[in-house]
This record gives sequence, structure tokens and C-alpha cells, in this order.
Amino acid sequence: MSANDKLILGGREFESRFILGSGKYSLKLIEAAVKDAGAEIITLAVRRANTKEQENILDYIPKGVTLLPNTSGARNAEEAVRIARLARELGCGDFVKIEIMRDSKYLLPDNAETIKATEILAKEGFTVLPYMYPDLNAARDLVSAGAAAVMPLAAPIGSNKGLATREFIKILIDEIELPIIVDAGIGRPSQACEVMEMGAAAVMANTALATAGNLPLMAAAFRQAIEAGRKAYLSGLGRVLTRGASASDPLTGFLRD
Amino acid sequence: MENQFFVDSSYLSKEALEKKHRLETDPSARTNHMEYMEGMEKIDSDVCANAISQVKEYDYGKYTAKDVKNALGRAVCTIEDFKALLSPAAEPFLEEMAQRARLETGKHFGNTVYLFTPLYIANYCENYCVYCGFNCYNHIKRMKMTAEQIDHEMKVIADSGMEEILILTGESRSKSDVRYIGEACKLARKYFRMVGLEIYPVNTDEYRYLHKCGADYVTVFQETYDTDKYETLHLLGHKRVWPYRFDAQERALRAGMRGVAFSALLGLADFRKDALATALHAYYLQRKYPHAEISISCPRLRPIVNNDKINPLDVHEKQLCQILCAYRIFLPFAGITVSSRESAKFRNGIIKICATKISAGVSTGVGDHESKYTGKETDGEQGGEQFEISDGRSLKKTYEDIEKEGLQPVLNDYICLI
Repeated sequence: MSANDKLILGGREFESRFILGSGKYSLKLIEAAVKDAGAEIITLAVRRANTKEQENILDYIPKGVTLLPNTSGARNAEEAVRIARLARELGCGDFVKIEIMRDSKYLLPDNAETIKATEILAKEGFTVLPYMYPDLNAARDLVSAGAAAVMPLAAPIGSNKGLATREFIKILIDEIELPIIVDAGIGRPSQACEVMEMGAAAVMANTALATAGNLPLMAAAFRQAIEAGRKAYLSGLGRVLTRGASASDPLTGFLRD
Repeated sequence: MENQFFVDSSYLSKEALEKKHRLETDPSARTNHMEYMEGMEKIDSDVCANAISQVKEYDYGKYTAKDVKNALGRAVCTIEDFKALLSPAAEPFLEEMAQRARLETGKHFGNTVYLFTPLYIANYCENYCVYCGFNCYNHIKRMKMTAEQIDHEMKVIADSGMEEILILTGESRSKSDVRYIGEACKLARKYFRMVGLEIYPVNTDEYRYLHKCGADYVTVFQETYDTDKYETLHLLGHKRVWPYRFDAQERALRAGMRGVAFSALLGLADFRKDALATALHAYYLQRKYPHAEISISCPRLRPIVNNDKINPLDVHEKQLCQILCAYRIFLPFAGITVSSRESAKFRNGIIKICATKISAGVSTGVGDHESKYTGKETDGEQGGEQFEISDGRSLKKTYEDIEKEGLQPVLNDYICLI
């Protein structure tokens, strides 16, 4: 792969295009994500980090890894903004993933509130990565609001359902200039590969690793799948595959001399 | 059938005993349990009608093995499927139900098990609920902790590492008023990340006040959803009013509380119908308030001070496990709490299937944490217990046992935005 093929977020460069989500945390998971999946960004639920517990997750984040605190637990923009500020105070840096849910059953993000929170936090100098339902209009508003990337969901959180929103994510990839990071629902390496092949900039996953029989092996599989998908996309094949192959006998052949 | 509940204390006066016996034997001596008392807020809600109409019609004898297999084969469990899973026809499928429940738990909660401890700050009670150790006719040491005592107890608990607390009282509006409970919540916020309440039901404005004081979760046990049975068990006091209790969670949510918990006390009435009612109560309320976090508890009857005969009747551990698996499959996103009424063995097993929260370092008495936690003889007075617990493990031991099961104990997953 080209040495220049970097994921750029908030002016920072990352080699890895795998981001560890925060749903199910364990120290073994963090270790496997960094060592075997090559993760350079790890999501951290501020509400879990905000603990007196001896095994504070913050203490187990390896050096050189960028923390991506998220605002899970927020039910509206105001709460998300408060959690983001708290994360900065806790020393988690300027990256923030906005998660706003008004639904305890499906945990689907609220795009309208997410746009509001993005605007406020981007103005405050945060590198804002909003988790959203893949809607083109909302994605455009997020761009205008100052988001550093757009993070559409592939399927409901924790469902392992794969690319349930494939067509809509494709539209975002085609139309939005920012990196599209596919979040939630990716259950298998093959799905991660497919979404990278489509042109996503990165993949976030958690449950798929956390619930695997052999964690390090699954982490390695994700790394390879993401790299394979990325290479396919860069090779130009990805677009051909999704748009259909060109006919060997062109329909417009009659126009040739 | 021999009544397992009625016990006459030798400390009661002749008049008190007469009144007690009248309440127990003469229904006309009791007030209308469906009629609101003065000061009780009435809200407009269809949750109760939606849930209870289905419970009344629930004929669990009609379900067959085929219904159970169909229910387990579907990706999303419908209400009808849930009814099949609660039925006797599902008993032979307990292992299959447990496998499915574990899968659902894993999707929504991963390997985590949350820990909390209850703190009883007062045990005065104005109700006569025949199965409860706090009932007003039961001779136990009554006590209400002062602010200093509450502060001290909370410090002892917090020093053990606990970050979530559930504040409980007996149901006495006069001895433990809303302001007193509010002060306890304010103290709790100093020591704990998360503060929950399990107190007598109050009006929306009172829940709002308690929320401002730092409480964010409200637990109310309906005990039984069978109103006729309820009437024969809750003979005196404001708790007698069944519908006011039913709407408590909704009032709490309207007042801004983040989450609410539901439960029937299994063993009081037909447990299958009560389990169905509990889950439907939670289900319809979550549909109406989609942001609300909901959780379900599953207490079974336990012996109390002065009455060791009380037992959960036909709800054995196997039935309890079936109910909990059915809850998990029907409401995969709901928290399930299993209290220290159950044994360490049961709790160690059920956290691997579907329970997401358990208590540790538990006392159901008042003001005795220091002596229980440190073994230190304390001079302070202590109040009697609500019921006997089965699992007396400390936080440290429970924490270690959870880890041994390959799960992850979590002390806090909450951020206070009050």
C-alpha cells in the first residue's frame, strides 16, 4: 500500500483504519485491538471512565494511542456538550465522538441533536466525529457544522447485522468530502472489507471482536480485512465492483469508425 | 391452606390486635384498594390498561412445545412469543432459552455485570403488608438514621469501593418525609456516582425534587399485579392503593428521572401472570418514553424477623431462571437485577445468562454497615431487617467471583447530568 495512504482526522495522521469502539470493554480487548488489529484510535465511554474503580480504563490505554472519548449517555445536544467538556477536563484530549440517543431500545442516534452538538463543539476547538444515522442531508449539515468526519451506522449497535444501511452509506461516500467512518453493526471481517472496498475511510467495531472465540485472532482478521478492502478500493476495483462490470462488447461500439 | 403470613406479636395492645385481626379476616374493614387517597396525584395514562388487559386474558396452559420452539426461532420476540416462553410448555426448553438469553445479553451488555448496594436509612412503616418484615404490626427495632449517621454509613460503604447506591426506606411519609429522603440523596451524591431510590411512591413534583437532590433512578415494586390478591396482602396504609403505585414509574419519568425499575414479588400470586405483567408494564412504558432506561428485578418471598415460614411457594430456582430468560429474550435491552435474596450459587450462574446487575455487601437492616463491613462492635443503635438475605458476600468477594466467571464487574457506567 502507498506509504502516503493515511487516515487524516483533525490534522492528525493515522496508519491504521481500524478504530476500536467502546461498547464492551475489557483490558484484553484493548490489548488485542492495539497489538493484533493495529488500532491507533480507541473509543472510550466517558461515563465508564468516570470511575473510582481501581482498574480505570484510562490507565490501560497504551502510549501513542489516540483516545476518542464518546458522549454515550447523552440524550440531547446539551448533555453531549457537557460530557465532551468533561472528557477534555479529564485529560482525554480534543477528539470527541458524539453519540446522542433518545431511545433506550435500539440506541439509534438522533441526527438533529447531533448536528447541534457538533456545531457547538467544533467551535470550541474539538475534533468532532459524529455518530449518525446515514442520511445525506444530515451528513451535509454535519459538514457545515464543522465535523472532522462522518460516522454512519451500518446496523443497530451490537446487532452484528453487517451492512444493513449499505446503499445509504454508499451515497455518503460518494457525496461527502469528509472521511466516512462506518460504525456499529459490523459483525465480520468480510463486512469490514466490503465497506472499505466501497470507499469508507475507516471502520469502527467492538462487539464483533469482544464476542469472538479467539480475540487476538479475530483482531488480526479485522486488520487484514480492512487492509484488503482499502487496497481494493485504491486499486479502483471497488467502484467497478459496485457499479457493475463494463461490457466486453461496448454498446457504443457502433460509434467507432 | 395454612396462612404463612399472619403473626401476632405479644407486644401489641388488645385494641391493636383486634384491629389487626379485623383487617385480616373481614374485607369490609379494609378500604377500597382501587380508590386514590387524598393527596395522591392521578395521571392520565393508558399503560396500565394496555398491560393488565393482556394479563387477565393470559391462559398459559394453552401454549405448546411448538409455540415455544417458534418463539425461540424468531429474531424478535413478540408479546405472544413471550407468553409462550413463560408458560409451563417452555420448562423443558430451559437450556435453549438460557443459550438464547445469553446471546441477547452479550449483544447489549457484553460481559459486564454492574454492582450496587442498598442502604436502608429508615424502617418505619405505616403499611400492613402481611409478608414484609417492616410491616407496622411486626415487632422489630424501628429506627431512622440522622444525617450524621447516614453520612457515616455512606462513607463506610464508599470506602469499600462501591460507586452506586440504592437508598431505601420503610413506607412512612410522616417519619421519613420527602425532604428527609432528599437530604439523604444530597449526601449520597458526595460519595457515589449513581444514586437510586426505592421508597414509597410519590407525586411528580416530589420525584422532581428528589431528582434535583441527586437521585436519577426510581425502583417501585408492584408486588403483585393481581389487584384482587393485592387487596388481601396489603391491608392497611397508603400502599393499599394499587393504581397509585402502578403509575409511580411514569410519574418518575415525567419528573425527569433517567431510569425506572419494575418488579413483582414472586410467590405472592400466580407468578407467570405477575412476570407477564411486570414485563408488559416495562414494555409499554418504554414505548411511551423511549429514552427511559428500564430494568426489572425478580425478588422471591423470603423469611422475615418473627416469621421464618414465609417462602416463595411454587417459584423454585428453575422457575425463576425461566422467568429471567424470558424477560431477557423479550426485552433484550433491559437491565435485570438479581438481589441478595438469592444464593451466591444462583447469582454466579444467572450473571452468565441474563442478569446484568447484582447487589453486594448487603444489609437490609438500618445503620449496621460498619459492624457488618468491619466486624467492629459499634455503639450506635441498629434497626431491624426487612427480610433475610441469602447471599452475604462482600463487594470484594462478589467482585472476585464475577471475574472468576470470566465476566467483567463494573462499578460505574453512569455520568450524572442532573
